[in-house]
Amino acid sequence: MPLVRHRTASRLAAGLALSPALLVLVVVYLGCTAWTVWISLTSSRMLPNSTFVGLRQYASLMGNERWQVSVANLAVFGSLFLIASLALGFLLAVAIDQRVRAENTLRSIFLYPYSMSFIVTGLVWQWLLNPGFGIEKMVRDLGFPSFRFDWIVRQDMVIYTLVFAAVWHAAGLVMAIMLAGLRGIDEDIWKAARIDGLPPWRVYLSIVIPMLGASFATAAVLLATSVVRLYDLSVAMTNGGPGVASEVPAKFVMDHLFERGNLGLATAAATSMLITVAAVVAPWLVWQSRRTRRAQA
Amino acid sequence: MSALAVTQPAGMRPRRLTPARIGVYAFLTVTALFFLTPLYVMLVTSLKPMEEIRLGAILALPRAPTLEPWIKAWSAACTGLRCDGISVGFANSVKILLPSVAASIAVGSLTGYALSFWRVCGAGLLFGALMIVAFVPYQIFIYPLVRVFAFAGINNSILGIVLIHTIFGLPTMTLLFRNYFASLPQELFKAARVDGAGFFRIFWSVMLPMATPMLIVAVILQVTGIWNDFILGLIFAGRENLPMTVQLNNIVNSTQGERAYNVDMAATLLTALVPLAVYFASGRWFVRGIAAGAVKG
Repeated sequence: MPLVRHRTASRLAAGLALSPALLVLVVVYLGCTAWTVWISLTSSRMLPNSTFVGLRQYASLMGNERWQVSVANLAVFGSLFLIASLALGFLLAVAIDQRVRAENTLRSIFLYPYSMSFIVTGLVWQWLLNPGFGIEKMVRDLGFPSFRFDWIVRQDMVIYTLVFAAVWHAAGLVMAIMLAGLRGIDEDIWKAARIDGLPPWRVYLSIVIPMLGASFATAAVLLATSVVRLYDLSVAMTNGGPGVASEVPAKFVMDHLFERGNLGLATAAATSMLITVAAVVAPWLVWQSRRTRRAQA
Repeated sequence: MSALAVTQPAGMRPRRLTPARIGVYAFLTVTALFFLTPLYVMLVTSLKPMEEIRLGAILALPRAPTLEPWIKAWSAACTGLRCDGISVGFANSVKILLPSVAASIAVGSLTGYALSFWRVCGAGLLFGALMIVAFVPYQIFIYPLVRVFAFAGINNSILGIVLIHTIFGLPTMTLLFRNYFASLPQELFKAARVDGAGFFRIFWSVMLPMATPMLIVAVILQVTGIWNDFILGLIFAGRENLPMTVQLNNIVNSTQGERAYNVDMAATLLTALVPLAVYFASGRWFVRGIAAGAVKG
């Protein structure tokens, strides 16, 4: 029975083709996660050891001032960045959707920052916000000698400059997602709205935004995961400074792994990040899978 | 993704030049200027001699444009004690990029193909798990991976960083190709089976040629993603193979004495050039890539 043997060979090949993915999943994703979580439960410092100390690393993490600053920064950065990017991205999509001229050019302008790295983004904004040479100096020379815009060197304001740069980087992405959503909406709602005498802003607020729920959710989840990963931007723009004023959790982990040699604390911080991501992503995944199941039924 | 194919604006049809319409154009123009300013400032700063930069007119066009900062950035800018310019990082990034893009797309497309047409035990579970782990921050895996790679003798090498990019590209690439193959008619596959083609034959001669659009999207996604990577290259590439983003950050942020802002900006632009070129050359394909990578499930 050559045909049967042939089939078995193909089945085998399919299994073989999936083995790298399986290997990566088990060894890298699951295995490394378990290893990291395990280290976070030991008293490891420079070198890993297997002295189990329960949640003591987490306790000292919560008491660590730099970690507290990092988490507070992430909360401030994350919420402002999410709100500003979603709002600006949505407004841009709506404006572009008004049958404007030069639509393609405008789309290219709004999206190009997203193609560049966070390192490039951070360095450009570092330069623009440099008090001695950048925007502050320019406005002062225009005849406003008392103008101040030195947020990047001020401990209480520096985190907002990161928001600025990140919104510039990501608003175009939101615009692209929203524009795709807007183009998928039936044009007849505009005829219906005109017959009912509804003003356009009412239509957007009461009909269009609810219809774009899935687009908003996609954009929000995408932005939220990039918030937790935030590292490059802080490194390039301020290197966590001035002082520790723009430190973020991902940088906390990296610094404690490779510079400060405190494995236990670093892995406890990394595990805390994982828990945060799970809290954001899990509800969305459940919602997403329910939606697809309903669509199939 | 079908929504992205609809290119007709869906907003309300404008009748004439109303104040609202002027408002839309004003909003778009101001925002476009805001988005373009950093690119413009990078460009003019990189063409100015330092004497002009010290005057502080950051938006002014260069009075005596010079290409010297570009030449210096390319071949003489210093990182630490070595002054070979950012061309070293460029070469490293190319060396990392080409095999990483090829390997990640090869593994991802094969996995996506095996998951869509072949009934392998537990395939759905494998796919679901891959989608979930794509959200996990890198910080969780980094320490164990460094240890494993050191044990295998491939840390701080091109092979190591290529493997890392392949591993972390796997979820997105698999998703991209699985969703595309799942949208193809099943008859295509059955016909090839009846003709006696085996697993790899069908992949190579039938499915891969059909998947050309996805291959383009995947290349765009991976080229920009891997070129812009900072954290993975920093940890896994090794001191001799640091990618351009890492070297750029070292040049700009670890200079002693007075900083050459014009050289910094030239180096920044040089680093941004590859993703910018990909972005402007690929146009809508870039948006397609984002949407395909973003809309999971």
